[in-house]
Amino acid sequence: MRVGLFIPCYIDAIYPEVGIATLELLERLGVEVVVPLNQTCCGQPMGNEGDQKNAASSEQLFCDNFEGFDYIVGPAGSCVKHVRMHFDAIPQTEKVKHVRKTTYELVEFLTDILKVKEFPWASYKHKVAIHNSCSAIRGLHIQSRSEWQEPYFNKTEQLLTMVEGVTIKQITRPDECCGFGGTFCVTDEAVSVKMGQDKVADYLNHEVDCIVSPDMSCLMHQEGIAKRGKAPIKFVHIAQVLNNGPF
Amino acid sequence: MSSLDEILAAIRQNLPAQKVAYPELPSFEKQGTNLKDQFKVNLGLAGGESYDVESIAEAQEIMLKNLPDTRVSCSAAPEWEGTKSLNAIAHPRDLDDVDLGIIRAEFGVAEMGMIWLTENSLKVNSLGFLSQHLAILLDPDAITENMHTAYSDIDFQASTYGCFVMGPSATADIGAYLVRGAQGARSLTVFFIKETK
Amino acid sequence: MSKVRVDQNAADFIYMDDIHQPTHDKNLWNARMKRDLAASGIPEWEQMRDLASQIKEHTLTHLDQYVEQFVTEATKRGVIVHFAKDDIEHNQTVYDILKSHNATKVVKSKSMLQEECEMGAFLEARGIEMIETDLGERIQQLSGEMPSHIVMPAIHKTTADVAELFARTIGTNPDEDDPTQLTEAMRNNARPKFLEAHAGLTGANFAIAETGAFVVCTNEGNADLTASIPPLHIASIGIEKILPKTRDLALFIRLLSRSALGTPATRYTSHFMGPRETGTEMHIVLTDNGRSRRLGMEDFWRSLKCIRCGACMNTCPVYRRSGGLAYGATYSGPIGIIIDPTFDESKFSELPFHSSLCGSCSEVCPVRINIAEQIGLWRQRMVNINESSKALHYAFGAVEKVFANPKLFRLAEKAAYYGMKLTPNWLLYNTKLNAWGKHRELPEIKKETFRDWYIKNRLKK
Repeated sequence: MRVGLFIPCYIDAIYPEVGIATLELLERLGVEVVVPLNQTCCGQPMGNEGDQKNAASSEQLFCDNFEGFDYIVGPAGSCVKHVRMHFDAIPQTEKVKHVRKTTYELVEFLTDILKVKEFPWASYKHKVAIHNSCSAIRGLHIQSRSEWQEPYFNKTEQLLTMVEGVTIKQITRPDECCGFGGTFCVTDEAVSVKMGQDKVADYLNHEVDCIVSPDMSCLMHQEGIAKRGKAPIKFVHIAQVLNNGPF
Repeated sequence: MSSLDEILAAIRQNLPAQKVAYPELPSFEKQGTNLKDQFKVNLGLAGGESYDVESIAEAQEIMLKNLPDTRVSCSAAPEWEGTKSLNAIAHPRDLDDVDLGIIRAEFGVAEMGMIWLTENSLKVNSLGFLSQHLAILLDPDAITENMHTAYSDIDFQASTYGCFVMGPSATADIGAYLVRGAQGARSLTVFFIKETK
Repeated sequence: MSKVRVDQNAADFIYMDDIHQPTHDKNLWNARMKRDLAASGIPEWEQMRDLASQIKEHTLTHLDQYVEQFVTEATKRGVIVHFAKDDIEHNQTVYDILKSHNATKVVKSKSMLQEECEMGAFLEARGIEMIETDLGERIQQLSGEMPSHIVMPAIHKTTADVAELFARTIGTNPDEDDPTQLTEAMRNNARPKFLEAHAGLTGANFAIAETGAFVVCTNEGNADLTASIPPLHIASIGIEKILPKTRDLALFIRLLSRSALGTPATRYTSHFMGPRETGTEMHIVLTDNGRSRRLGMEDFWRSLKCIRCGACMNTCPVYRRSGGLAYGATYSGPIGIIIDPTFDESKFSELPFHSSLCGSCSEVCPVRINIAEQIGLWRQRMVNINESSKALHYAFGAVEKVFANPKLFRLAEKAAYYGMKLTPNWLLYNTKLNAWGKHRELPEIKKETFRDWYIKNRLKK
């Protein structure tokens, strides 16, 4: 199985340890991982704002970079959702369609494709709250939707329960949006911040010491708020926990 | 002003090309539902009360005990005589002074704890809404299971008005705090009793 | 026409004080939780939503047929049906009917369509006294504001606000802040108005083609008072309210209030088939006002399925923190931001951007409107017709050049690293230049990117 590793722009520049953890984890699980060196951004910031014209070249570059893999795996729910569900600023050639169909977010790749049952090398003795991004929940459906009458499942939780020492805590509004929303976080700053502050307050009310998520973009916003409020909470990506580092 | 044809023309110009078919609608009836029990529970959740009674006299006694300050009662049901006769009404607003309105409901709906009233049971429609309190007579065998079964029982040609009433009136428009007796009845009491002809 | 600055209005609501926004958020989240609880008791809930969506889509794709049938059946029952192509015709028609009956005092139960047409101001300017009878709508009328929520028009006001308002306008004791007493005061204030009114105005939640009947759902009983006392009843009905058959009503009644408030139904579900008795009249003003044009919009016509339950508002994290008045339109929240631009693409151009795209709205909608998807499509349209933020578009244009060129991208990363390192905090966190930094710490751009590490640790080995 030949996998192309998709490293979102902000992971490359701000959270390289998440990329490292993802790479090492997949290699540990026996996957042949290739990292295209000319990847930049998937175009989501532009696409989300309706700017198809300015999203097009990023989308095209992505498809060019990720041609010829069995799967493309990225440690980012919202970016993967953009690729799978919205990559329509460019002509839908067979190559583009194949790239879109085979792009997976890390958690769903581990549960649905690799069907991983254990992480014997990992240990994480923390009281943890899980944050699945809205894209991951309602777009990629890695968690059941609380708005629906459907049986409960949570793929992120499924993986974390396989890690020794983890205690998972449920907060009051586990799937309420944290307010990041892409450029929304600056164009609608007051609302975005209020949503983030409420989310952090929810964590504090439940005495969690660490937030684990498959989406660092949400966590970047939540962590910014937590740090400003001097809240003693850590924010980590699930790849880092499952791979036992780097932190 | 516009005509029907002009409105239709505007619609026809804009109809979506892809049509959607009309679906089959099940009636969602459940096996083994005790309709009267379910009705009582749902009426209770809506803030209504209910009693099983053997006679109208018994019902009247209960209302007297629950609402001792009732001065004016007005009944649309021949079985129960109120202090004010509906025959004396010249205008719907004349029922403004009614403390207790008495009506025999046409049937009940278990799923909701609703009763169905039309001008046939109300005689004067405003009785159902100007009365400060309502006493409703309901045949315990005239309870249908849910909205689907209820609507299949109604002949809309047989009246010009019909209302499903679920408990007393209420609102939560001030600070999301639930208050009973918003504009309509402050209380609604159902008496399970067959019609005395 | 100046644009509605919904982001600024929302910020004003948030910074008003420590009470209004948190209370608003809490009350509406509770409504969302009550909806979930109500739905959990109905095993067929998801199937009901599918059926409701299908019935609405069937009706809308055959709308001319059903409008015609509705008009025929209503007319047979003695209802006088009028037709209004837009808000002006609607208001003029209502006024003409009132004038021809010498009606100068009118009571009104809730109608979003009448709100949309700004009928109140139109009638008042012509000497008609019009009293809102829904408590929330009356509160808003007394305060000179639009309703802020489709179902709970005054939910942005605290009990203290209402107490102050009633003391000022209907003479209650300024220290009276008990909701029960305030409601009682309004009951007694409104009652004479019903008795004296020359005409009653209502909207309609549903209109049935098969029988020509229309249905009004209330919790207070105010529609029934409005219709059972005055001799003249005028109902404003949008063409999209039509359903094919009586049996369809069962489904929608079961969905509406559970989605809106988490109660099995509204306390009064009133069905009007014809004039009450000889000497009374029932009129319908069947209104288009942009609905047929919306029907022709391939990306947006499904918004016409809306049954006005407000579930999307209750679940929307952005709406709960903004308050409905921030949107500056009759319809607010998620449904508002996909409908309002059809009334004025320029004035409401910022509304589709007032969303974090969380998607919860689509998931609660009882008729499965793809609200989140339509928000995205409106953003594309706004960019295409040059109504979106020019600054953002230019910024994206510059950013696109960087992302399209891997070498340039890597250079930009290095520049950002050094830029942040060298910029003093007072400049970096200047609130005029850096919106992120107003209430958040900035993330740290790393000296060694993932790519740098990968080349060093995997390729050079």
